[in-house]
Amino acid sequence: MVILAAAQRRDSDGLMATTHNSKDELWRRFALAAPYLWLLVFFLAPFAIILKISLADPVIAQPPFTPTFDATGHLSITADNFRFLLTDKLYAITYLRSVLMAAMATVLCLSLGFPMAYGIARTQPATRGLLLLLIVLPFWISFLLRVYAWMGLMNNYGVINNFLMWAGLIEQPIQMMYTDFAVFIGLVYTYLPFMVLPLYATLERMDLDLVEAAQDLGASRTRAFWDITWPLARPGVIAGCLLVFIPAMGEYVIPYLLGGPESLLIGRVLFDEFFVNRDWPLASAVAIVLLLLLVVPIVLLQRYQASDQDSSA
Amino acid sequence: MSSKSRFIISTLAFGYAFLYLPLLLVVLYSFNDSSIATIWGGFSTRWYGELLQNDLILDAALLSLKVAVTSATAATLFGTMAGLALARFGRFKGRTLFSGMISSPMVMPEVITGLSLLLLFVTLQQFTGWPGQRGFSTITIAHTTFSMAYVAIIVQSRLLGMDESLEEAAMDLGGKPLRVVFDITLPLIAPAMVAGWLLSFTLSLDDLVIASFVSGPGSTTLPMYIFSKVKLGVSPDINALATLIIVAVSTGVALAWLIMRRSARP
Repeated sequence: MVILAAAQRRDSDGLMATTHNSKDELWRRFALAAPYLWLLVFFLAPFAIILKISLADPVIAQPPFTPTFDATGHLSITADNFRFLLTDKLYAITYLRSVLMAAMATVLCLSLGFPMAYGIARTQPATRGLLLLLIVLPFWISFLLRVYAWMGLMNNYGVINNFLMWAGLIEQPIQMMYTDFAVFIGLVYTYLPFMVLPLYATLERMDLDLVEAAQDLGASRTRAFWDITWPLARPGVIAGCLLVFIPAMGEYVIPYLLGGPESLLIGRVLFDEFFVNRDWPLASAVAIVLLLLLVVPIVLLQRYQASDQDSSA
Repeated sequence: MSSKSRFIISTLAFGYAFLYLPLLLVVLYSFNDSSIATIWGGFSTRWYGELLQNDLILDAALLSLKVAVTSATAATLFGTMAGLALARFGRFKGRTLFSGMISSPMVMPEVITGLSLLLLFVTLQQFTGWPGQRGFSTITIAHTTFSMAYVAIIVQSRLLGMDESLEEAAMDLGGKPLRVVFDITLPLIAPAMVAGWLLSFTLSLDDLVIASFVSGPGSTTLPMYIFSKVKLGVSPDINALATLIIVAVSTGVALAWLIMRRSARP
């Protein structure tokens, strides 16, 4: 819905008249300082703490990690957790699996989301609002319950298998739950709106005459799509892909509920390392590495959003 | 009808069916008399009755509602200030960091946000003694932090999409900037604030992972309760609960949409 709003953004230099008296100045300072301080304390500072703890050793104590400075006041940090993450195969494989599954889910969302966004952008303006609302609505309904809905569908004795057996198409139920297939369904289902909305925002702004002109000049439909529509839609494609890929990388609930033991993703590993093994330093290191993997996509997304704000007229 | 538009229309139909069929089936099965959730045993509303007698669910729902109302209100307050600052204060020191901190919480994987906030609370407790117990206050702070980002973006977009001429006119006529904010700007962005509040409210009700990290023993939110239950499989009373939530949310979203649409008209 961030992106929904992006569709109506206008360029603005955002400058107000510069005559202030002291009361106004005070208000401006307050309006900026309150959210600023809040975010510094509750968003930025925690990352410094994660970093600090990822450099500690686990101990059986409360809290379960060694202090950054030992009793004599000397700095006592270790890179053991990171060394362990890099040398233990299980972690490398899990990170790789997470990247691949998130990438695959992104591609699936794009293949379904692009035609949908294109279709919505080409309907009558009056129906567009309603179609968009229907895209956003599931997003507002409990995410957990939407994933849960698929458990009843994909069960061995769930709706899909029952229907297929009733129709005589299969004799034995197909194993869908607790497989990678189920995880993909869950990911696409959950993140599809994140793909459709930014795509819609760019496709709606696109000038249809360009496609027509290309076709008048003899371009085939396919050619016109790849030469005109696709490049123009690229900002939306990039934003949509990032909005799906980034959260899917750290997903915990979907693989937990729908995936099998082999669909281990890094979000689950972090959760278990923390809550089951109570190894806070290692969990922090897992988080830091995940964050490093996501820095590039996150920065890309922010740059895209900033430029979108400047360029849209 | 060309082959292309037929393809588009069938994809749209498939997409919407994909989004809505699972929800419809949950609603349907919530009226299922059978206690084996996947077998139809006749129409019944017994699961709704059982829902109302389940104290664990009611307590969890109450905690979730309290957190959602408090955090949505705080998030709307801070988020509106942040949105105003981003859209109307021009360039100020630390603007890049500020807008980065506004947009990052929305894409940060929940496990990272949850872990980082819990570690912050543990560290704070070590040094200041607060928070003595994790629960309502820590969950509310966590939810406020990620929700205010959404409010800020919604308010900012509304301000950027809005003509500044009204504010300028008010100032030309001698209105002081502070009065202009309260008399002109705030009423104009009120629909965005309402939308932001509603979004924060549902995001808070929706959150499982972050709440699991920052809550302590004895504070179970509704999603935490649901998760502990659905881990074990499909259960009919959760179907009933899901139906209630689907109905409530659909009504809320429809209302918000109507408000936004009316306010968008000249």
